[in-house]
This record gives sequence, C-alpha cells and structure tokens, in this order.
Amino acid sequence: MTIEVRNLVKKFGGFAALDHVDLKVGDGELLALLGPSGSGKTTLLRIIAGLDWPDSGEVSFDGENALAHGAGQRHVGFVFQHYALFRHMTVFENVAFGLRVQPRAVRKTEAGIRARVGELLDLVQLDWLSDRYPSQLSGGQRQRIALARALAIEPRILLLDEPFGALDAKVRKELRQWLRSLHSEIHVTSIFVTHDQEEALEVANRVVVMEKGRIEQIGTPGEVYDHPATAFVHGFIGESIVLPVEVSDGCVRLGGEALNIAANGAASGASKLFVRRHDMQVGPAGSGALQGAVQRVRAFGPIQRAEIVLSAGAGATVIEIDAPRDRELQSGDIIGLQPKRYRIFAVQD
Amino acid sequence: MMMKPELPSSVGSASGRSRALPPYSARADARTEPGPVRLVIIAITVVFLTVFVVLPLVMVFAQAFSRGVGAYFSALSDPEALSAIRLTLCVAAVSVGLNLVFGVVAAWAIAKFDFRGKTLLVSLIDLPFSVSPVISGLVFVLLFGAQGYWGRWLQSHDIHVLFAVPGIALATVFVTFPFVARALIPLMQEQGIQEEEAAISLGASGLQTFFRVTLPNIKWGVLYGVLLCNARAMGEFGAVSVVSGHIRGETNTMPLLVEILYNEYQFVSSFAIASLLAMLALITLVAKTILERQLDQGQFPSDD
Repeated sequence: MTIEVRNLVKKFGGFAALDHVDLKVGDGELLALLGPSGSGKTTLLRIIAGLDWPDSGEVSFDGENALAHGAGQRHVGFVFQHYALFRHMTVFENVAFGLRVQPRAVRKTEAGIRARVGELLDLVQLDWLSDRYPSQLSGGQRQRIALARALAIEPRILLLDEPFGALDAKVRKELRQWLRSLHSEIHVTSIFVTHDQEEALEVANRVVVMEKGRIEQIGTPGEVYDHPATAFVHGFIGESIVLPVEVSDGCVRLGGEALNIAANGAASGASKLFVRRHDMQVGPAGSGALQGAVQRVRAFGPIQRAEIVLSAGAGATVIEIDAPRDRELQSGDIIGLQPKRYRIFAVQD
Repeated sequence: MMMKPELPSSVGSASGRSRALPPYSARADARTEPGPVRLVIIAITVVFLTVFVVLPLVMVFAQAFSRGVGAYFSALSDPEALSAIRLTLCVAAVSVGLNLVFGVVAAWAIAKFDFRGKTLLVSLIDLPFSVSPVISGLVFVLLFGAQGYWGRWLQSHDIHVLFAVPGIALATVFVTFPFVARALIPLMQEQGIQEEEAAISLGASGLQTFFRVTLPNIKWGVLYGVLLCNARAMGEFGAVSVVSGHIRGETNTMPLLVEILYNEYQFVSSFAIASLLAMLALITLVAKTILERQLDQGQFPSDD
C-alpha cells in the first residue's frame, strides 16, 4: 500500500500544525516522522489514520482518496503513544476487539477469532498473558499488545505514535530491534512518529524530518545524517558545534577574523558554521582554523569529550568536541582545531 | 508510573533505619501533636458528631419504636403510609431512569467532544444545585398551574400535572438531574478519548464504541450517580411540597407525610416513616462507600 499526501494544511486556531505538506510513502516502507514536539508529526499521522481531518489537501492510499472514508473504513492499524488498551478487557479481548466489531457478514466465527488472536499473541510473544488485564502488564508488554491489537484487523497501513516514548531506555532498545524484525516479517507499510533521532535513524528505512509544520528533509538515515539539507536538520540530528560566522567573497570570518576554511560556495552574509563534534580535528597549537584552550576532559570508551574555550574573535565561546584517544588531552592545553567536514548555512530572517 | 516505587522506597528505608529513634521522649511521628492537644481535638470531634449526627439518628428510631414494635408496623401498614411509600418509589424510579439517560448522554457529550456552548451546558446542569428547591417547585406552578403558562391548555384537555403525580415527578427530575452527569463528567474527562479513538480505528461504530468501551469504563461512576440521585429523589421535600397539593393518600410522598403526621401529633407514625428514610440514608452511605472503593480501583494508573 502506498500513501500519498498532497498539500496538506491543518490549523489549530492561528497555529499551523501542518503547512502545505507533501509526502509519498512507498509500499512496504518503514518510515519515521522525526521532529521536535509541535512540529506537526503526530497531526500528520492522525490525519493519515482518519482521527483528525485536514483543513485542505489530499491523502490517498494506492491512488484512492482516503479522506472519503472515516477512520474505521481505512483499515489502518494505529498504535497509540500511551497504548490506549481497553482497561476493562483482558489481553485476549483487547486483541480480539477489532475482529468482534466487524459487521456480521464478514465477522469470523468464535473459533476463527480465537485462532487469529492466538496467532497474533504468538507473533508478539505474549501468548502467556492472554487472561491478564492491561493494568497487570509492564509498559513493554502493553506496547506489544497494542501492536497485536492493531494488527488483528490486517491493516493495510500501520501507524505508530511515539511507540517507545513511555518506556525506559533498555526496553526501548529491545523493542526497536523487535519492531524492525517484525516489519521485515509482515512487511506492511508503516509510519512511526518519534522525537528521538537515534530511534528514527536506527529503525526506519527513510526518515522525514519535520519542523514547524513543514518537512525539512526526506532521506535515508545516512542521507539526513551526512547531508543535512537545512540548518535545522544539521542542528537537530546528531550533535553539532554551531558557530556564527560571516561569509564574504568566499572568505569565512568568525568574530572578524578570517578562518582558514573554504566557503564552499556559501552566499555572502551572516551564516552559521555547523561541524559535527567528531569532525573537529585536534592539532598542535597554531595549526588549524581555530585555536582554543582545553577546559575540561571526560574520557569514556573510544573517545574523549573535551570542552574547549575558543580564543581569537570567537569571544570565549565554549564548544564540545569528541576526539579519538590517540592523544590524551589535558585541561589547560592550548590546541589547534581544524574542521574536517562542515556545512555553512545562511542565517534566515 | 512503573519506575516510581524503586527510588523513593530505597531512599526512605535507608534514612528510616539510620534514625532509629533511640530517645523515646522525642515524638515518633513529626506530624503528631502533644497528648493533651490530641485529646481535645478528638473530644471536640466526638462531641460534634454525637450531637449533630448520631443523636438525631438515634432519636428517629427511638421515637418510631416508642410505643413498641407493633405500633411501628401498624403505622407503616396504614393505607396512607403505604400510598406515600408507593408514590415515592414510583417518583424515584421515574427520575432516576430519566436522569440516568440524560446524565450519561450529557456527560458523554461534554467529556468526549468539543462544541460551542459547552460551558453553558455545564453551568445549566448545575442550575438545580444553585436554585432553592422551593423555587424549582414554583417554576412548575408557574408553567403548569391554573393561572400558569400552559395551565389553560392543560385544563381544556383535562390533563393534570400540578397537584398530581406528573408534577411531583417533574419537580423531582429537575431537582435531581445534576447527580448522574456530575458523577460522570470528571471521570470521563480523566479517562480521555484515546480508548474511543482506538476502538474507532479498529472499525467499531459509534454505538459499538459507546457500549463496548465507554460504558464499561464508567459503570461504577454511573451506579454512584444513580445512588445519589435516588437518595435525593426519595428525600426531596421543598420542590415536591410546592407542586404536590398534599392530597392525602394520593400526592403525599414520604417526606411530605412525615411533616403532615408530625403536625398532627402522630409522632409514632411520623417517625416510623422517617425511620425508613433514615435507613435509606444509611444504606446509601454504605453503598456509596463500597462504590467509591470500586471507583478508586477502577482508576488504573496511566503510564506517564
């Protein structure tokens, strides 16, 4: 099932939750909608599900207008952020719900329903919990039951709203891998919303980065990380060092002093220099484009994270870099820094 | 919610053990007061409860049985008393039935949907609470009385509302209509709409969603509202007194009969009926306590 969203607009009062959004999702994709809170990602998901309605724009499934149908007719599985399990029903009845409310003509027999629910509970590996109530389950278990319930209606599309948002870090990590392997098993077109970049990059085939109701970039996890299209994406995904610079005639200046780096075709004017923490190469004092004094070093694993007070015109800006541990830094060291890879984005406004 | 117990409990037990209270002169509990103060506070409470709650209740039963059990039961089996009991039960059944439907529907609309005039509706529901019952009764006199708004029309069609059972039922419905809605609105608002959304996304129709998801989640709240509504319907005096006309054996409810008998110095009969109302109050109280426990248990913690 492919999904196409065209020119979608949704306003809440004066606030534009979705501002002319276009998106195409291919059959069998596992897509992440990534963005900070208030970026419109959940609104987009709810409109696709039929739980919200756009002010204007189109949503189609396989070329067919989805907005002509209500949520119940779209055959969309929706997994809610807080699971929304029916608290007065057992796990079994929760999963069976979608089958039981079908019109009599197409409804399965009781035996058929039992078999299907059993299958789904097997799939989420929780068949032993079928007589429990939601309040007796852990967060991770509830999440998997919510997923089984959504899958019971054999949805054409699976939508997940912050699927791991309410879980602790360890369970979250396990469920991520589990979701990915589940997706490769059942291969239903899936979209999940998250504000956690790691989650998006790790689980999804493609990532849609949203901000203020607009799509900033669509790409594979590698593309959005390595080739961020906008300053927002660069700042939002991965840890970045951001320095305010001035570009004029191919020369990059920081606090009035020229930096020894190429402008890479950036337009003249006030700009921002983005460098990944691990893309700052450390050299002896006097080398590199920037100078600074090491203020504090924390070493863990393969890297050492150092706070550097930049000298020169940067006006005592403090940056954090991740350096390999081939040369241990000491606080007080004066070092030179050279950005190996960087991006310059013009400041908008 | 799930992670909460771990940290505070370990912290609490550690500090608790380290301060294992060797000097008993120091008070064990930081919140408690010295002995005499405690004694005075407790004494005030006990005296207050005795004078204002226990004594009146005991008096009702003492008066009712003052001429023995036989007089008590003959007072209750008096045709006038039986008619009042029948009328009260009938009026309570009508008003509980109507207010159950109205309350559930109103609470559903208010808690689960956004619409214009919602605040107005909420205030209107509270209106009977803020108006004196006597006024509530008078409103119906103005509407249905012989000189009233619809009085002439009703008279020409020989329909009796005022000084008849329909009028009593109307006044009681009006006075009791906030109870069910009031019990349900906060409960339903707290439960939110996620379960309903889940049901709808799974293909359930509106009615299926209501009967399979919404209603089971509020059943204890509904019972709670019905209980309070019933207690008030049976005990209502002011509004009913205005519209009833006090026709003996016909339009006297139990509270009205209590007053009439008392004014006629028939203390045993009067208090015998009153004792039934008092028992209703006690049963209501017990049932209310049980329901409140059920309601608390029904509130499963959400996960955030």
